[in-house]
Amino acid sequence: MDVIVQLQAQFVEYTTSLYREGFLDDQFTQLQKLQDESNPDFVVEVVRLFFEDSEKLLNNLATALQQQCVDYKQVDAHVHQFKGSSSSIGAQRVKNVCVAFRNYCEEKNLEGCLRCLQQAKHEYYLMKSKLETLFRLEQEILAAGGSVPMMT
Amino acid sequence: MSVTMESCNCVEPPWPADELLMKYQYISDFFIALAYFSIPLELIYFVKKSAVFPYRWVLVQFGAFIVLCGATHLINLWTFGMHSRTVAVVMTTAKVLTAVVSCATALMLVHIIPDLLSVKTREIFLKNKAAELDREMGLIRTQEETGRHVRMLTHEIRSTLDRHTILKTTLVELGRTLALEECALWMPTRTGLELQLSYTLRHQNPVEFTVPIQLPVINQVISTNRAVKISPNCPVARLRPLAGKYMPGEVVAVRVPLLHLSNFHINDWPELSTKRYALMVLMLPSDSARQWHGHELELVEVVADQVAVALSHAAILEESMRARDLLMEQNVALDRARREAETAIRARNDFLAVMNHEMRTPMHAIIALSSLLQETELTPEQRLMVETILKSGNLLATLINDVLDLSRLEDGSFQLEIRTFNLHALFRELLNLIKPIASVKKLSVLLSLAPDLPEYAVGDEKRLMQIILNVVGNAVKFTKEGSISITAFIEKSESLRDPRAPEFFPVPSDSHFYLRVHVKDSGSGITPQDIPKLFTKFAQSQSLATRNSGGSGLGLAICKRFVNLMEGHIWIESEGLGKGCTAIFIVKLGIPERVNESKLPFVPKVPTIHGRTNFPGLKVLVMDDNGVNRTVTKELLVHLGCDVTTVSSGDECLQVVSQEHKVVFMDISVPGNTDRVTKENCLRLGMDGVILKPVSVDKMRSVLSELLDQQVVFGAQ
Repeated sequence: MDVIVQLQAQFVEYTTSLYREGFLDDQFTQLQKLQDESNPDFVVEVVRLFFEDSEKLLNNLATALQQQCVDYKQVDAHVHQFKGSSSSIGAQRVKNVCVAFRNYCEEKNLEGCLRCLQQAKHEYYLMKSKLETLFRLEQEILAAGGSVPMMT
Repeated sequence: MSVTMESCNCVEPPWPADELLMKYQYISDFFIALAYFSIPLELIYFVKKSAVFPYRWVLVQFGAFIVLCGATHLINLWTFGMHSRTVAVVMTTAKVLTAVVSCATALMLVHIIPDLLSVKTREIFLKNKAAELDREMGLIRTQEETGRHVRMLTHEIRSTLDRHTILKTTLVELGRTLALEECALWMPTRTGLELQLSYTLRHQNPVEFTVPIQLPVINQVISTNRAVKISPNCPVARLRPLAGKYMPGEVVAVRVPLLHLSNFHINDWPELSTKRYALMVLMLPSDSARQWHGHELELVEVVADQVAVALSHAAILEESMRARDLLMEQNVALDRARREAETAIRARNDFLAVMNHEMRTPMHAIIALSSLLQETELTPEQRLMVETILKSGNLLATLINDVLDLSRLEDGSFQLEIRTFNLHALFRELLNLIKPIASVKKLSVLLSLAPDLPEYAVGDEKRLMQIILNVVGNAVKFTKEGSISITAFIEKSESLRDPRAPEFFPVPSDSHFYLRVHVKDSGSGITPQDIPKLFTKFAQSQSLATRNSGGSGLGLAICKRFVNLMEGHIWIESEGLGKGCTAIFIVKLGIPERVNESKLPFVPKVPTIHGRTNFPGLKVLVMDDNGVNRTVTKELLVHLGCDVTTVSSGDECLQVVSQEHKVVFMDISVPGNTDRVTKENCLRLGMDGVILKPVSVDKMRSVLSELLDQQVVFGAQ
């Protein structure tokens, strides 16, 4: 029993820190609300989709920005996609980077774009590891026989 | 008693006494006296002991007699020598008394001895009687034993229902009870012409003897139900080689009736004419000189009867077990057949459903796109072609619907959708649909509704429309010129019935009424022979087929089934070719309890209750090229109870969308971040609303509510 309580406390603390530091926003809570017995792995699945999608997008962006003649419309389209998915997940910091990225695209500022891309990558990987930690904590709680506390 | 009494003259004897003789007489008299005294004592003693002796008086007499004799002899002792006169007197008295008593006794004996003799005879008689009773007791006991044996045997025999055990037990118990040497059972063979040795008591493995059944000795045994003594030499009794010198014991045979179910009839029992019999042969031990007694024979007969009964029970049980097994097998087979049939039906339904969906999707595309094409600029030939495509498409769509409906109607899986609807409006809609087509053919259509026809009714509106459309459509199809008149009224019992269906008798009640519709046309009419075929699916008579009916032949068949489901009746009357025809149908509709007009539009849309929190079954289409967004939006809507289809491109959207989808969400990627402009543009293009991602559950809920209520989304968000 003690173990479960400890794990749960750890989980709550970690989640709170993620929100506090701006990694997650309210949208993530919405996603968790959609998870129920009929769809118990919804959040994990969506996040996984997000990871797959994002990797692809980031690669595409890298390729697009390496062209001789950069197609800013294309780049913008990708960034828009990225922005969309990250905001659907509630990955706030990533989304914010995308907003900035789009501005640079409109201005056709290559340097700015490249910088944003780096930042976006950085934020994305950070986000990814944080979420993976979160899910691992969840698994530990479930394995110990406890239930995952809901964030309000 | 001394006969020689000497006189007592007191005279001296003439000779000097022989002293020895005197002495001997003296002694003898003394002993006689002793004896004479002791005998009565003994008598008294023994009589006292016995206490039964009836002749006391006699004994007393005897006693007295003996005593007196003894006394006399005793007194005689004194008379040998000189004796006084007293002694002589005493002697005389004694002698006189003795004389008296002895004479009395002698006289008494004359009476008593015959009595004593008769006692003796009675005693002998009683002894004989006792011996006889003893014998009878012995007999009764034997009989009782026998009875007990029979009961025990019967119990043993009846305690099992297995035929072999019954027979074996019989032989064993009989052998034991009657102490038999050998006991054998001969059963008839299948052909019935021979008897086969089936069971024996001592032989462990009986050789398969057979004996022809027509032997006289066997006939003799079989002809009676008594046990019959037979010779030990006859074939059925010669079971083992004779031991040699010993006389074989007596043999008895009895028949055992065998019942076979095929010839068992309760009235024939027990006298069956063509019965099969088995033979039971019982042999007494060979060197015992025992004989068969009556009670033993009885025992054997009783046992034979019991065996017959037990065997019949066993046979009946066998039969019923077999019947039960057969039934179980049949049940299993039936169950399997039913499951197979169900599987087949399910498979067919699945197939139909899938085919239906697969066929409808391209159908929709064809119809939708042809309609769209019609709106464009076309040359007359092109227009004609497009119209044909459209018409064929519609026909095909109808056919697909019909086939699916019919198959569901046939296997009984069809359910009517009962709702309250506006009857008058239904007819008005019908008119709207028919009038254009009819006016093209220059036919006039007249609709008359009876004034007492209720405005609202309870029933399956869609199917009722289908029925009317089909019937009226047929009327229009087969009428080249003239008019179509449609009359609808409430069925009264006096109205004319279909002569071919006299058993149909609609009975209205407080909650139901019967709607009767006549559709009369002035068209080509139908011959009386063809009328029954009209409602048969796929059957088309010559006269009908010559017209380009374009129908599959299913329409009326489906109508008939719908009408039947609505507990009604449909028929067609025609006076012949060229005389037009009238289609009449009656259907049962419910009378609604309370009717609130505002709540019941003719074609009900999704229920418009403000501020719903859930939208069960609402069909929504979501178009979004971003996988993550698609998943999230879909889950949101599923959470609210919607039935969501997702597509990832505009083309796919067009392909999939149908009138079933009430709401379509389309993801729009626009360059720039000007949301307001985007919104204005969207609304101008004809969208009903714009919402920005990400969308929360509450936001989605209120959006859907507004959309369904007001058909448009307000709100600045």
